Amino acid sequence: MIDGFIALYIFMLAAFTGYEVISRVPVILHTPLMSGSNFVHGIVLVGAMVAMGRAHTPLEIGIAFVGVVLAAGNAVGGYVVTERMLEMFKSSKAQPKAKH
Amino acid sequence: MPVGAQSLIQASYFVAAALFILGLKRMSSPVTARGGIISAGVGMLVATLITFLWPDMHNYLLMTVAIAIGGIIAWVSGKRVAMTDMPQMIALYNGMGGGAAGAIAAVELFAGEAHGVAQLVLGVLGGVIGAVSFAGSLIAFGKLQGIIKRSFRFRGQNYVNLVILVATALVGAIVVVHGGENLPGHVTALFVLALVLGLTMTLPIGGADMPVVISLYNALTGLAVAFEGFVLDNAAMIIAGTVVGSAGTLLTQLMAKAMNRSLANVLFSGFGDTAAAGGGELKGSMKPIETADVAVMLGFSQKVIVVPGYGMAVAQAQHKVWELCQALIARGVAVKFAIHPVAGRMPGHMNVLLAEAGVPYDLIYDADEINSEFETADVALIIGANDVVNPVARTDKSSPIYGMPILNADKAKNVIVIKRGQGAGFSGIENALFYLDNTRMLYGDGQAKAAELVQAVKAL
Repeated sequence: MIDGFIALYIFMLAAFTGYEVISRVPVILHTPLMSGSNFVHGIVLVGAMVAMGRAHTPLEIGIAFVGVVLAAGNAVGGYVVTERMLEMFKSSKAQPKAKH
Repeated sequence: MPVGAQSLIQASYFVAAALFILGLKRMSSPVTARGGIISAGVGMLVATLITFLWPDMHNYLLMTVAIAIGGIIAWVSGKRVAMTDMPQMIALYNGMGGGAAGAIAAVELFAGEAHGVAQLVLGVLGGVIGAVSFAGSLIAFGKLQGIIKRSFRFRGQNYVNLVILVATALVGAIVVVHGGENLPGHVTALFVLALVLGLTMTLPIGGADMPVVISLYNALTGLAVAFEGFVLDNAAMIIAGTVVGSAGTLLTQLMAKAMNRSLANVLFSGFGDTAAAGGGELKGSMKPIETADVAVMLGFSQKVIVVPGYGMAVAQAQHKVWELCQALIARGVAVKFAIHPVAGRMPGHMNVLLAEAGVPYDLIYDADEINSEFETADVALIIGANDVVNPVARTDKSSPIYGMPILNADKAKNVIVIKRGQGAGFSGIENALFYLDNTRMLYGDGQAKAAELVQAVKAL
């Protein structure tokens, strides 16, 4: 159980962490980074799973099912597109094989 | 509750949260970026698998089916999407996350699983934000994908949004006071209102401003996930959601600044695709040039700065442009790429498109890094870029783009513009650069002209 003030402390520290981690990012990485942070909130999947695990009525189960589908889409889709973008970033020093 | 399983779950969430932060940190440098997303991915995978051990859960089969459906659809669509369409795909996946947070809130509220005022307030708040982000992101996707073609604006739309917002807050307060399980009708109304709010907030915003909006909804989804984390007592969700919430807010500000727009302007003014042509008449004429002459000019230069725009990506010319640059580099010409923050559909998008063509990132410079270098460049080669090199932004106060930071391509000794025809750019503003004495226009399709230039340069 995460109590009130502990939760507040976690919230505050995480907020500062997010701000600091991003603050010196070059513009060239804005799009992949946005995509990467989009992937990170895909952790909502574990929440959706737990909510589904304790759902009882057909209505709750139905909503939770949609939630898990959406959350899995967020996590998997966010990962795939971010990885695809970042995989292409190469330095001119380490480029032995030309594509095509 | 078995202590072992619970400890294992908490440990996996702890590891996942650490890997997320580490991953984001590594993603902020091009050298380590790929390792960053992979480590974050490992964290996600571990947390998801261990969550199956959560005590006293039901519906395992349906849960697995749901993960498979969402995962497979996202995997296939993510692998197939063209790099030019990346911004709307990010919007779509982000909207799904928002929708998931909203769904969690709905289940917890209907089932009466949120206990105490704090959990109820955060649950309602996270649900509303998630639903707004869901609906808004879908609109953003529709606009960038070209499904929604026009912006819907009417007088007093800000007041209508305010009324919906107040109504949402009122219904939310009632749900908090009485508990969701006692008022299923109100819970339903709450989510309907939040979805409508997301629609009416996003519909009036123009396509050009969508990147800022997508980034904002990304931050909002993070916040919604964090709030639902409080309701579910899930530290991984709280930490990951909050980190994304604050990082996303910063990223939104950076993008808005790069586009010379304030966030309030984007959200409430409804400009963004209707910048009317303004400013005075331009003197002089556009002077055409032939491919062979351009090839000679480029081939015997010492330094060439390429300014690509979204038009280049639409013409799929980036591969040929890079081939041309390689031919120039082989002749000993120093080639650099100058990227304006809004060169693609969102800041950084052009870098992705160039990277796809194989351009190494250390040849790519952003506006601040390269603007002082145009004066020493023999040729500035403009391909598919328009407003971002328009010197009017520096000089003409009556122009809608006045004050926007631009690339100083006009300072180069020679300027070559590859352009399809004589028409004005995306914003409909005439470009003074095209009329300068040191500017020559090479008319034609970007890809075809680049291909011709490759041959001509190689033949020199």
